[in-house]
Amino acid sequence: MAKKGWDEFEIGAMLRSFDGKIDDIAGTRQENRDYSESNSYTASVADWRLIKPVFNKDYCIDCQFCWVYCPDVSIISRDKKMIGVDMDHCKGCGICVEVCPTNPKSLLMFPEQADEEAEIASWPTKDEEK
Amino acid sequence: MAFDKMELRDIEVWDGNFAAAQALRQCQIDVVAAYPITPSTPIVEGYAKFLSDNYIEGEFVMVESEHAAMSGCIGAAAAGGRVATATSSQGFALMVETLYQASGMRLPIVLNVVNRALASPLNVNGDHSDMYLGRDSGWIQFDSYCPQDAYDLNFIAFRVSEDHDIRLPAMVHQDGFMTSHTAQGVTTLSDDVAYNFVGDYKPMNDMLDFEHPVTHGVQTEEDWHFEHKARQHNDLMTKVIPKIEEVFKDFEKLSGRKYNIVEEYETKDADVCVVCMGSSVETAREVAGEMRAKGIKAGVVGIRVIRPFPFEQIRDALKDIKAIATLDRSSPNGAAGMLFNEVAGSLFNTDTKALLSGYVYGLGGRDLTKVHLSDLFTELQANVDAGKVTTPLQQFIGVRGPKLSYL
Repeated sequence: MAKKGWDEFEIGAMLRSFDGKIDDIAGTRQENRDYSESNSYTASVADWRLIKPVFNKDYCIDCQFCWVYCPDVSIISRDKKMIGVDMDHCKGCGICVEVCPTNPKSLLMFPEQADEEAEIASWPTKDEEK
Repeated sequence: MAFDKMELRDIEVWDGNFAAAQALRQCQIDVVAAYPITPSTPIVEGYAKFLSDNYIEGEFVMVESEHAAMSGCIGAAAAGGRVATATSSQGFALMVETLYQASGMRLPIVLNVVNRALASPLNVNGDHSDMYLGRDSGWIQFDSYCPQDAYDLNFIAFRVSEDHDIRLPAMVHQDGFMTSHTAQGVTTLSDDVAYNFVGDYKPMNDMLDFEHPVTHGVQTEEDWHFEHKARQHNDLMTKVIPKIEEVFKDFEKLSGRKYNIVEEYETKDADVCVVCMGSSVETAREVAGEMRAKGIKAGVVGIRVIRPFPFEQIRDALKDIKAIATLDRSSPNGAAGMLFNEVAGSLFNTDTKALLSGYVYGLGGRDLTKVHLSDLFTELQANVDAGKVTTPLQQFIGVRGPKLSYL
């Protein structure tokens, strides 16, 4: 974001979410929204993350629990189908993994540098004790 | 309109609290979030009563502390309403954290502060400790000397504060008990005239504008914080005083009552002058008149706008005075006193040869008597005659025990 001088921005500790007027924002997908430069959607906070969720679609039942519980709106879902995680905004809290009801889980946390394909290839099997 | 109007006599007998409550009614405040505290309680109590009696369309939010009261006001103001509350002393102190939020967020809240001492020891009476505590908070601060001022300055505060070039919150101060609980004749404005002077609230960046969503109260670090604070200071230093002068003029046209950034009394040919605030201004004026009968050319400068501090107006008002006394009604606790410092700062680098001395008085509601002021003017005249300050620079007035003086 451009570093403006003291006389170059709007007064108040106030930031706009969108450029200009919005209409039916709930019916507009994120990628189609006219986010302003100051909206957090345009900023990556990926470097806050130490561990990351890996999504394995083989076990996902599209229950949407992760989408509902994610505190950073970082679960990408389209037509109620889980697609993946927005890795620009995910902070690695692990709540999605905690709430995932499948066995084995469809989301698991791994170190940030872990290889996604390798982890999916060696995914844990069903836990029979549950 | 969905609410009733009130028939007022041209002159009502009101104390400062009721005058402020009536002004809040006539301004049709949308939200008052309050936690009542002596001696300001009747202001918010009055608003609540007018609301329940259908004289106002608004909301009264009873909260669990003064911190919550100002927080509620901030939320309501960010949402886009006309907002006010009142407090004193310990309540004001608890509110301080949120005062900085309100001004930094540029929300035009009006806070009636009924000045009272700060504990410890606990004390409910009037001094200016709470008023002084707010002086770096980024608010505009108006000072009333009597109930009439408390009434009028509320309308003026809303007009200044809500102006889109200003958008800074404002405090209207009055002295605890001496003004807040002393009934005097107050010349009123009719409901329509009063409301039209303030006008309909014009929202700016309000959260209830769903077509233009905004985030209020954002965080900035070393990369942005300084610019925001600089802008706020700039607007306080350059825009507020001219706007207040404009609104004072409009108010004079409407009511015939003239307010000034600093209120000068007999200063034009004065040799000696006191600079003070609150109800003491009226006492000082009376004594100044009596001193003139005794051959001492005395004047009084009352501060009407404490923040932003009127450096230029003070400099002009005091430029030909030979001996000046500043009267601080708050313990400086290890310094010279706010008025002493500000007046010294205003006069430094000018051609004045004025002799400046500072006095601390009236803590915890201790009276400032006419005898005190008469002695003070006499002391200033002695300074003029000697051509130097004959006393220590800081003295206490009206405290028991051995005389206290410093510097």
